Amino acid sequence: MSASKAALHAARQAQPASDFEAILRAYERSGGNPDFLKSSKIASLIISGNKVLGVNRLPGISAEAEALPDGVKIALAIAPGARFENPIHLCFGVIPAEGVQRILVDFEIGAGAEVEFMAHCTFPNAMKVQHIMEGKIHIGPGATMRYKETHYHGESGGVEVLPRAQVTVDEGGKYFTEFNLSKGRVGRMEFDYVVDVSAHGLAELTAKALGYEDDEIVVRETIRLNGEYARGMAKSRIAVRDRARSEVYGTTEGNAPFARGHVDCIEIVRGRAIANAVPVVKVTDDRAMVTHEAAIGTVGKKELETLMARGLDEEAAVDVIVRGMLGE
Amino acid sequence: MAEQNGILLEVQDLHLTREDREILRGVDLQVARGSVHAVLGLNGSGKSTLAYTLMGCGGYTPDAGTIVLDGVEITRLGITERAKQGLTLAWQEPARFEGLTVARYLSLGMKWPDMARIRQALEAVALNPATYLGRYVDESLSGGERKRVELASIYAMQAKLAILDEPDSGIDALSLDDIARLIHQMAEEGTTVLLISHRDEVVAIADAASLICEGRILDTGDPARICNRYTGCCRPCEHTELVEEGVAYERL
Repeated sequence: MSASKAALHAARQAQPASDFEAILRAYERSGGNPDFLKSSKIASLIISGNKVLGVNRLPGISAEAEALPDGVKIALAIAPGARFENPIHLCFGVIPAEGVQRILVDFEIGAGAEVEFMAHCTFPNAMKVQHIMEGKIHIGPGATMRYKETHYHGESGGVEVLPRAQVTVDEGGKYFTEFNLSKGRVGRMEFDYVVDVSAHGLAELTAKALGYEDDEIVVRETIRLNGEYARGMAKSRIAVRDRARSEVYGTTEGNAPFARGHVDCIEIVRGRAIANAVPVVKVTDDRAMVTHEAAIGTVGKKELETLMARGLDEEAAVDVIVRGMLGE
Repeated sequence: MAEQNGILLEVQDLHLTREDREILRGVDLQVARGSVHAVLGLNGSGKSTLAYTLMGCGGYTPDAGTIVLDGVEITRLGITERAKQGLTLAWQEPARFEGLTVARYLSLGMKWPDMARIRQALEAVALNPATYLGRYVDESLSGGERKRVELASIYAMQAKLAILDEPDSGIDALSLDDIARLIHQMAEEGTTVLLISHRDEVVAIADAASLICEGRILDTGDPARICNRYTGCCRPCEHTELVEEGVAYERL
């Protein structure tokens, strides 16, 4: 074991068992595999409240985490041309029932690098928790970043989650992100990502959420295709029932020759829930093209009846359809 | 012919009106247990309406008549209850499901989901399990692939009675043999098949056939004879116009 890994190991051992074990258990409830966070071969970052419980760096990854009064500031850089066998695992959580967690992240993906992140945000006991994520992401020329974020908020609905990001994709760069909040209650969520894409770059944003009782979901996805042949897709899959509400604003701008963009929104509504979708397409160059599709409504009759003809009752059939749409 | 042991499905005087138009005008039909029974008719003759009405789909509640499956009257039951009684339906144009894998889709109708059976079902429709188990039942499947997956799901379910609405549509001619093989396999494993089609070639698969026209079963019997009557009378028939002119059904 290297000196730094030995230090990390010692640091983990020095943590009160309850903190580290509690976050691992919460991580597991959100769908993560705690073994990844314990492995020295997998890069990881573990944050509980405003405490950095663990950082595991691998060659090609620079990560600095600084504690703030109400959260953590993270600067993470991937070296140009770097490749990794496994995704980098991130775990953010608040274990107490109340608290604020502000995560300020600055990701710098070096030219030509390829990196994948698996992030789990978990608030299993939340009664009154606010989680704020403010991200600044720069994807260098020809680099690829994939970021998948899964949330678990417990069952009380006492979470307010505000993920915001400003993303810049340089020429030939690729950015894929998927945000998934379909386990437990949402509480209140306001997702707001803005991506600027340079020539020959690509951005795909996907937001998935399942709201019930009085959950509130707001999704704002904006992709600005600023370079020629830039491509982008803003995709959302939202299901709401009971008295939950959702609003989706998917915006794609074609601002350069041959830019191609698409907005794709599906919202399923049940009970007294209310859903709004506002797809916005804007083109400022006559050689660009942006399209959109939005469907809001209940589950399709044929889909429902097909599953019922297999013996599922209506509730179970809806659940299968919604869970499928949300990628579970 | 598969072993037949009495009547599995008995439909009596079934009437259905949709949008002020009577589509089923007194359907009488008996399907023998263990058989492959074809219902042959032109487009617009009421075949698919009969299938949806038998399955209990929304908007297809009969005005009159009875449907009895395996001795249990199911006329007023919902779709799920009918499925639990052993009835299922493969739609002519199957639905697509975002994010639902083929493996999961096939397992949904099985009482005891079993991966060996799922693989067997895919192989029965000439789909390689290694390739298809993880595929999604969505737009990424071609029409023919989706259709095969649908038939595989029906096969995997092991229903008492499977209604297959135009199982050959959207599938290339070479695949018709695969479908015939599958249908016979289903019958041999105890699933009675009600095969609905407008193509007389498909009826060759059946043990018995009925001819449907303008919402009534006109004739039931040997598939070859029904087929001859269909090709000889129905295909050249401009029945709708004739009916509108008041010409009787006996014309057939």
